[in-house]
Formats: sequence, structure tokens, C-alpha cells
Amino acid sequence: MKTRILGWAALVAVVAAAVNGLFVVPADLNQGDAQRIMYVHVASAWLAYASFGVTALAGIGYLVRRDLRLDAIALAGAEVGVMFTAFTIWGGMMWGKPVWGVFWQWEDPRLTTTALLLALYIGYLLLRRLTDDPHRRAARAAVVGLIAAVDIPIVHFSVLWWRGLHQGPTIGDPSKLLHPSAPLLFVLALLAMVGAFTLTWAYLLIRRYQLARLEWQREEEARLSRIVAARRAAPPPLVGNVEEPAR
Amino acid sequence: MTDVGFVIAGYGVILGGIGLYALLLARRLRAARDAVGAPTDADPPANDAPA
Repeated sequence: MKTRILGWAALVAVVAAAVNGLFVVPADLNQGDAQRIMYVHVASAWLAYASFGVTALAGIGYLVRRDLRLDAIALAGAEVGVMFTAFTIWGGMMWGKPVWGVFWQWEDPRLTTTALLLALYIGYLLLRRLTDDPHRRAARAAVVGLIAAVDIPIVHFSVLWWRGLHQGPTIGDPSKLLHPSAPLLFVLALLAMVGAFTLTWAYLLIRRYQLARLEWQREEEARLSRIVAARRAAPPPLVGNVEEPAR
Repeated sequence: MTDVGFVIAGYGVILGGIGLYALLLARRLRAARDAVGAPTDADPPANDAPA
């Protein structure tokens, strides 16, 4: 019931933040209306980081405690994160064409490392399909999730470490927290969208976790019924008919 | 395409995609609950449930 309330709260918050970003906040002087895409693009990017962070932490937790509930959390983070990473790339492309003149540029470190992040976590989800053994699957996925998480700081700091087309942080840099390089109205609209997306993210994460638990339960039931069927199909043991071996 | 067209495409795909994912997730969850006979959000809590 609480999750359902969270879902409705997230819906209301996203609608309100979208109306604010599209119709209330004025257009940027230089970028025009295209700047409005930043609100959903940046919010998606932050939640992609958060999702994969959840996957990495839950993976560590699984490796330490061998609890499959932690693996379900890791799976939920990865699937939701893949979705938000894809939306980050889409939003960036829709903003890049009118502002940069191109949808994509492979030479840009931020863009390329984000594409790599998406590929890594799609690989993570595919890897999980390779085995039916839940503990073997969880252990392999935890290791891959940890390796893939190395790309998260690389994506984030790529705009500071290397030169490219992508601009530097607007508010993400600690030195810009109190003095962001965007008007306060834009920053507040962005924070409102990040808040609304965070509620949505929490709702989706909980629902995907619940689904993962049910899928695991269904797998266990199927495995047990296979074992029972195999035992019934096997010939009965020859108890009593076997001659004692000569001593 | 104009700036407004890119804004509509950006918001449409992202917000529409999140909504679609939420709907698909709800359907998958319902199907999985039906398959294992688990209680749904709408079901009242059982009286014999531990406190």
C-alpha cells in the first residue's frame, strides 16, 4: 500500500516538475527552448549513477552475506539504471542537435564513456541469463557489477579530466554548490525534476525488487517440481531382490 | 526540426518511456503474483499473520 502511495506521489511530482520545466521557467537566452531538455537529461543521469551504485553496493553485500535478497536489489538497480542511462543519452542527443549541431560525437569522453556504461550494464543483465543456479548467477553478477561500477566516476569526472564537446558541471562541482553557473530559477527547476525523478526511481526500484523475488520463487518452484518429476520417472530401487555379495 | 520539436521528442520519449516501463513492470508483477499465488497490494492482510 505504501509503495502504491509512493507511485502516485511520484506521478504527481513528475507532472508538476514537467509543467514547471516546460511552461513556467523561461527559456534560456542563448540555448532557447532546447535548454528545457536539461531538466530531464540531468535528472536521468543522476539516477543512472544512483542505480548502478545500488547494484554495486548490493553486489558487495551479496558477496559478503550470500543473501539472494541483495542480489534482487542489485538486479533492480541494474535494470532501472539501464533505462535511465538510455534516457540520459536520448535527452543529450535531443539537446545536442539544436545546441551543438550534432546528435553525437564519439570523440567526446563524456558521451563515449556513457555509451560504455550502457553497454556494460546491458551485458550485466545478459550475463544473468547464462545460468539457472541462483547463487552462481548472483556471484557472477556481483563481480561484473563491481567491475562495471568503475565506469561511474569515469563518466562523471570525464568532463574535468579530458577536453571534449560536453560542458563541465553546472552544480555537481563542490565549488559550484553555492555559486552555480546557471540562474537560480533554472537550478530550482532542475532540483525539482531530480526530486520528482528520485521518487519515481524509488518506486520502480521497489517494484522491480518485488518482481525479482517472485521470479526467484517461481524458479525455485519449477526446480523442485523438476526434481520431483525426475524421481517419479526413475525406476524403483531393487531393495530386497539384490543378492548379497559372496564374502 | 525546431527547438520545440526536440523538446517534445526529449520529454515525450523520457516521460513516456518511464510510464511505459512502470506499466510493463506492473503487468509483469501481476503475472508473477498470479503464478506463485502471492498476495497483491490490494489484498487485505491475513488475520493469522505474525505481528
